[in-house]
Amino acid sequence: MRKDLNIDVHHLTRVEGHGNIVVNMKNGVLQKAELDIVEAPRFFEAMLKGRNFMEVAIITSRICGICSLGHQIASLKATEKALGLEVSGQTKILRRILTDGATFQSNTLHALFLAAPDFLEVGSVFPLVNTHKDVVLAALRLKRLANDIGDVISGRAIHPIRCVPGGFTMLPGEKELKVLQERLKTEGMTDIRFIVDVIASLADKIPSFNRETEYISLTSEEEYALYDGVICSSDTGTYPVEKYLEITNEFVVAHSSSKHARFNRSSYMVGALARFNNNHQQLHPFAGEVAKKLGLSAPCFNPYMNTVAQLVEVAHCIENSIMLMDRLLSDGIRFEKPNQTPAQYGRGIAATEVPRGILFHDYTYNRQGNIVKANCIIPTGQNLENIDDDMKKLVPEIIDESKEEITHKLEMLVRSYDPCISCSVHMLDVEFIEE
Amino acid sequence: MSKPRIAFFDFTSCEGCQLNKLNLENDLLSLLELVDIVEFREAMDDTADTYDVAFIEGSISTPTCVKRIYDIRRRAKVLVSLGSCAVLGGVNAMKNLHPADWVQEAVYGEDKYLFPSMPVQPVSAYVKVDYEIRGCPMSTPEFLHVLKSIVLGRKPEIFDHAVCVECKLHENECVLDKGMFCLGPVSRAGCEAVCPENGQYCTGCRGLVSNANIAGAVGMLKRHGFSEQEARKKLQMYSSLNKLINEAECRHA
Repeated sequence: MRKDLNIDVHHLTRVEGHGNIVVNMKNGVLQKAELDIVEAPRFFEAMLKGRNFMEVAIITSRICGICSLGHQIASLKATEKALGLEVSGQTKILRRILTDGATFQSNTLHALFLAAPDFLEVGSVFPLVNTHKDVVLAALRLKRLANDIGDVISGRAIHPIRCVPGGFTMLPGEKELKVLQERLKTEGMTDIRFIVDVIASLADKIPSFNRETEYISLTSEEEYALYDGVICSSDTGTYPVEKYLEITNEFVVAHSSSKHARFNRSSYMVGALARFNNNHQQLHPFAGEVAKKLGLSAPCFNPYMNTVAQLVEVAHCIENSIMLMDRLLSDGIRFEKPNQTPAQYGRGIAATEVPRGILFHDYTYNRQGNIVKANCIIPTGQNLENIDDDMKKLVPEIIDESKEEITHKLEMLVRSYDPCISCSVHMLDVEFIEE
Repeated sequence: MSKPRIAFFDFTSCEGCQLNKLNLENDLLSLLELVDIVEFREAMDDTADTYDVAFIEGSISTPTCVKRIYDIRRRAKVLVSLGSCAVLGGVNAMKNLHPADWVQEAVYGEDKYLFPSMPVQPVSAYVKVDYEIRGCPMSTPEFLHVLKSIVLGRKPEIFDHAVCVECKLHENECVLDKGMFCLGPVSRAGCEAVCPENGQYCTGCRGLVSNANIAGAVGMLKRHGFSEQEARKKLQMYSSLNKLINEAECRHA
């Protein structure tokens, strides 16, 4: 049996941002197995200080290009709570469709463009253009369709333009919404069915590894919670969003410019798998079928299955946005002036599910409507301690495999969390240290 | 002739500009016929030693960033900065407006010494930049235009007129006349006035036109009922490193 192992993956590829994987085993004792976050800190909390409530969501959107919509939604909700701005039912439906579109887009990008090359044993999606052209084309069409939801409703999928405190600056036309809905029903459903069949045939490429942890997500009585809800822990039940600091308990570790988090155990997991474990009964029927086909059932303790849960959510988001568009179209879209007259000043705390997990924004405004204090807790940061814990259990289990295989499985593990490192530092490298 | 070898690198940023490239869905396959992508960490495992064109996203804000950008410049024939963070410092540079110690403490508390950070600078503050693509995020048509020009061996067109010009061509009602704040008169175009098109004001994400009359713009904003302080604060969202804004501050002090 191997006694010594050193792995050092510098700047892990096919993840958002910069991280290293470092594993060090000496005389059969695992001394280090961690994900080092080496992304340059951004200091958004500091940038927000003194900014007016009308500017805040424009700035927080820039925390992350992939989850820019989610950061805007969490930001707008926190601002609206702080300032007592009520939003209309129509605004809430439009924001829900945007959240479905952003989850659909980001999950597709990760599962099919960043993670799928691992299942097909290539280094990127580009060689697949020649070997699996029909799959790449279907994946590209899905991604385009998801981005079109953002373009039609918010003006631009990356760094949306029309979402403002109190509502929207502009609304989509009923005609373009109908066209979009029709594309979701036809091209969207056809492509996701095809992709699910392809991924189902590759199911044996997903490593079998299990470690039960605490799963934290939003939950809601009304729906599979993405846009709104209360905090849910798989260990101890539900908590109001305002208690988020008691759940996240952020702490600084020297190997990560992103803070770590823990609640009831040494670590917890957020993201698609956590949402699936906590809320799977509320998935739409077709998404339930997809889960069955891909071999995902709750509770699932294999973090590699997070990628599969993301595909299940793609199916759910397509179905859900079609349903919400029906509701909008039957009520008729009315122009509404955004409600931007503050009724109060003070603190507002909001949470929303972004593709990588639960996101918190917490702002305090002064009487001029300017930020005096801001705090953002990002999903990838909350997952970091859980990733380290997974690695500490995984490495001894696979220690007799080749170093290349161990490295590959660790890279796949970190990638399966779909880490968004720019976000988390407002991160990733694998380092094996061989002596 | 062999295909140009292009590479993408990310520094301090949200990686939204890179993502926008992956959003070329419809043109991605034809793009791959034109060039070889030899390094793109966010999407692929491969790396390369030299590049015909290196695209740089993000600003320079740590000692590690400085080392990496020197290294990439040495190995790249043409270097293009991509997006506002790389070209202007972007929103990242707003942290330079606060004392460094306070900024570090606000985020990391007493553990602030673990993560060194320097004042944010654009790529051009450290190495020669051959071409710039502005925007937050950059626009994909402009990226394709610049890439095509470089592949064809000609200089890409540089936009140096105000957003107002493009806004008028789109026949939009003036944002200021609607009673909203706007930086269109002094902000660099090329965006097709996408924000006014969508009912928002121009935040100046592409920086200022090269001959911007800041004092004039501030005066005009005052006539529309906005304070000088607000005008300056909003100019600082993307252009806090622009000397024109700082000089205008002196004149009004």
